[in-house]
Amino acid sequence: MARNGHLSRQRRHTVTVIETNDFTLEGTPMKVLVPVKRVLDYNVKPRVKADGTGVDLANVKMSMNPFDEIAVEEAIRLKDKGVTEIVVVSIGEQKSQETLRTALAMGADRAILVVSETKVEPLGVAKILAKIVEEEKPDLVILGKQAIDDDNNQTGQMLAGLLNWGQGTFASKVEIADGSVNVTREVDGGAETDTLKLPAIITTDLRLNEPRYASLPNIMKAKSKPMAQKTPADFGVDVTPRLTTLKVVEPAKRSAGIKVADVDALVGKLKEMGVAK
Amino acid sequence: MKTLVWVEHDGQAVKDATLSAVTAASQLGEVHLLVVGQGVDGVAGEAAKIAGVGKVHVADDAAFAHALAENVAPLIVELMASHDAFVAPSTTHGKNIAPRVAALLDVMQISDILSVESEDTFTRPIYAGNAIATVQSTDAKKVITVRGTAFAKAATEGGSGEIEAVASTGDKGLSTFAGSEIAKNERPELTSAKIIVSGGRALASSDQFHAMIDPLADKLGAGVGASRAAVDAGYAPNDYQVGQTGKIVAPEVYVAVGISGAIQHLAGMKDSKVIIAINKDEDAPIFQVADIGLVGDLFKIVPELTAKL
Ligand SMILES: Cc1cc2nc3c(=O)[nH]c(=O)nc-3n(C[C@H](O)[C@H](O)[C@H](O)COP(=O)(O)OP(=O)(O)OC[C@H]3O[C@@H](n4cnc5c(N)ncnc54)[C@H](O)[C@@H]3O)c2cc1C
Ligand SMILES: Nc1ncnc2c1ncn2[C@@H]1O[C@H](COP(=O)(O)O)[C@@H](O)[C@H]1O
Repeated sequence: MARNGHLSRQRRHTVTVIETNDFTLEGTPMKVLVPVKRVLDYNVKPRVKADGTGVDLANVKMSMNPFDEIAVEEAIRLKDKGVTEIVVVSIGEQKSQETLRTALAMGADRAILVVSETKVEPLGVAKILAKIVEEEKPDLVILGKQAIDDDNNQTGQMLAGLLNWGQGTFASKVEIADGSVNVTREVDGGAETDTLKLPAIITTDLRLNEPRYASLPNIMKAKSKPMAQKTPADFGVDVTPRLTTLKVVEPAKRSAGIKVADVDALVGKLKEMGVAK
Repeated sequence: MKTLVWVEHDGQAVKDATLSAVTAASQLGEVHLLVVGQGVDGVAGEAAKIAGVGKVHVADDAAFAHALAENVAPLIVELMASHDAFVAPSTTHGKNIAPRVAALLDVMQISDILSVESEDTFTRPIYAGNAIATVQSTDAKKVITVRGTAFAKAATEGGSGEIEAVASTGDKGLSTFAGSEIAKNERPELTSAKIIVSGGRALASSDQFHAMIDPLADKLGAGVGASRAAVDAGYAPNDYQVGQTGKIVAPEVYVAVGISGAIQHLAGMKDSKVIIAINKDEDAPIFQVADIGLVGDLFKIVPELTAKL
């Protein structure tokens, strides 16, 4: 399937070992919404288009944003802790169906595709998601901390602001408690834990979990899981971009330097640079 | 343009990242600062001395003690009634707060800017810095986060900002701070270190990471970083991670030890002035960006290098 490009997934086999917590959530069924974005696969080297309008996405491998795989995985793991339904949402071109199918094959229950063939910025995405939240009433929305195409790192925080919910960004650990969620966050200098009232927003960091691969039977099963189609207009959201991209260029190139033969030569260089005495 | 800069601090001192944000803001116009926290008189006094600063708004309240976005964003939104732009450093706190402010103001944030081209036009990296976009904002107010390595630090002396207390907007009751584990680190902070030594997966264990990397860093007076692989494997703490999704650094000298040079890692360090790579694979991509490369076994090279410095 579409995953064979992933190289550093050695730790993925650990998914069967699911950490359990002391508490249970009997009688409190929870619903989780997970927004997922289709992006250039992280193993593909981005190429800037010659006309300076953007990055070339024609005929290149596209995948689910890696942070969103982590978000889907986390939602699935929470199924042991009271989560009864996982709804995945993508806003983008028709081809985002593939991304949603991947999420369904991993274990999500139902998908919503909000079709827009033109780019929707995080603010527009957050507004659409806020409308979906009004309809679906999830207890948690788990997003990736950043989409690795535009590297914005905004959508989760924006959605939390629009909904007036708590936000646990850059999560490395999530623990549901009664009516609240404890989120350990990767922050400069170390880790911070915040307790958020439910419903709440979480955005995932790399070390939250190791996403599973979908098994073949589950990929087959995913084909018959429900996928609704909507448009931004269905939600009454104006997605006109607020930012205009004037041009996209390659960064200044670094050229390879020299190789030195041994440590003495390296020390010599460091001395020349005044780094070593 | 009147710009409000969020001051990042640890309760005691202004963090360096703020100083780069001030420089970016000064390119937009008049710079006002916002110091939010609990017991922040000292920080406010320090902030007022930053060169070129006008007013320093100070909001002192227990609700602000831990810079929770849920409590801080509404305060900023109120202050934005009299400012044209909000600027925060691209630190974890800045990235947490600014988009919430942007959404409440109905503004599309411009993340991680590298330059100010004009009042409404900026450059920013996309695709892990493999492309640089020039973007123009059509929003009336701007919300911006600033990449620290792209702007010089404003001088910490010479300013005489006027300190003005702001009423608290209170605790919104959505979140509480439950604790933190902030590592005590004697070494220079990564984002401001002049020299950085980073270790990768090749270090193979936490013990070896510390046995190899720490003494070399000590000799050089360097900060210590790591690749994602090293952090994921538990050889180094998460806040050591350099890269697209970790810290962005640009020291005078960056020494990559046993790091292959994946694009996500390069995204965080390729603006370093001099890059030195030690790797046993002569074809490792890191050598494509390294100024000085040494091919060989790090377990031999690093101790020898440390001894000879
Ligand atoms: C969404 C996403 C975000 C990411 N963000 C980041 C990020 O922010 N930062 C980051 O670093 N990575 C990030 N990555 C991971 C990145 O793709 C690479 O997997 C990672 O950088 C590899 O780390 P490494 O170079 O230490 O390990 P490897 O790629 O395994 O390289 C190890 C190197 O050590 C060399 N070596 C082995 N033994 C020795 C020896 N004895 N002596 C000398 N050399 C030796 C090998 O030749 C090899 O080149 C991200 C990935 C994804 C998908
Ligand atoms: N078009 C989209 N469709 C679905 N989810 C999205 C979309 N854009 C962003 N997201 C979500 O928001 C997260 C952060 O994205 P960003 O703010 O663009 O960096 C992603 O990891 C996704 O979970």
